[in-house]
Amino acid sequence: MDTPYQSHINKNDFDYVYEPAEDSFLLIDALEKDLPYLKAKEPIFCLEVGSGSGIVVTAFGMAFPKTFCFSTDINFRACEMTLSTAIQNNVLLDVVNMNLVSCFVNNKFDVVIFNPPYVVTDTTECGGCGIEASWAGGVKGREVTDKLLDAIPKILSPNGAFYLLLIKDNIPLEVVQLMSKKGYKSETIITRQVRNEQQLVLKFYK
Amino acid sequence: MKLITHNMLTSKCLKGVLTGYPLAIKATNIKVNEVDFNPDFISRIIPKLDWEVLWKAADSIGHSEGLPQTIERNYDEDKEFLKKAHRVLLEVEVEEGYLTCPESGRQFPITKGIPNMLLTEAEVQ
Repeated sequence: MDTPYQSHINKNDFDYVYEPAEDSFLLIDALEKDLPYLKAKEPIFCLEVGSGSGIVVTAFGMAFPKTFCFSTDINFRACEMTLSTAIQNNVLLDVVNMNLVSCFVNNKFDVVIFNPPYVVTDTTECGGCGIEASWAGGVKGREVTDKLLDAIPKILSPNGAFYLLLIKDNIPLEVVQLMSKKGYKSETIITRQVRNEQQLVLKFYK
Repeated sequence: MKLITHNMLTSKCLKGVLTGYPLAIKATNIKVNEVDFNPDFISRIIPKLDWEVLWKAADSIGHSEGLPQTIERNYDEDKEFLKKAHRVLLEVEVEEGYLTCPESGRQFPITKGIPNMLLTEAEVQ
């Protein structure tokens, strides 16, 4: 998969929007590693939740020109940046300023991608609408992730796949168990040690 | 906001709202951007959509001309139809305006082509 052009982005905007970092690129690498599976699926609709700069969903859109991509972000500036990243890279995408997936009709998305705010913080730090929303994850760094897990059965299409980035501090095994109770199988697609963080990308599917 | 996105949005998460679908569109600025036409892509999208909602949405913003209200059985072989569907799904963009919940009347502004569907905690069920 190709890395989207980002030269259109004004660096100062990264004061307000999460700048692509190792985790963003690990997610792209995970999707690339899983390309044969994804290609066989012929996804029609893809959704990235909390798309930030838009680099991940745009990379997906570049690899899947016959998939229509959607993205949401709670931060309006991130929505604007995602839209411009997609346009610069000639990817068809529409973006909605939304908290996670709260306002979508049921079971439309064949692929859902989420790089959550995973840093372990106080609950009080999480729940904002600015750049802190891109990293502050509350207890276990899981408060936002767990809300999306609950919504997955309602938004994923019957044979859809959900890609989730986590770090070891988030206790991935608990997430696997939570999803298993909802009837999803899981697979670890990729792991990487980045300084003091052990990052991984999980895939969930029926 | 493209009409394909409007087709997927609901305000049912509002307290007291049952379906919240479809949202009414009030557009104050509409743009039409040219997008490469890919008939296969459009054919694949159509079964995923609520066509009646799409037609009414297109009609409400003055872009339903020539668009059939119902889908023919062999729609995927009808290039003229697919071109029209392509136009309303992907080329027509609501740049500014707002969406309205059909039950509560709650309005959601659309700014720079991006609908703001953020809700306060008190509004959510």
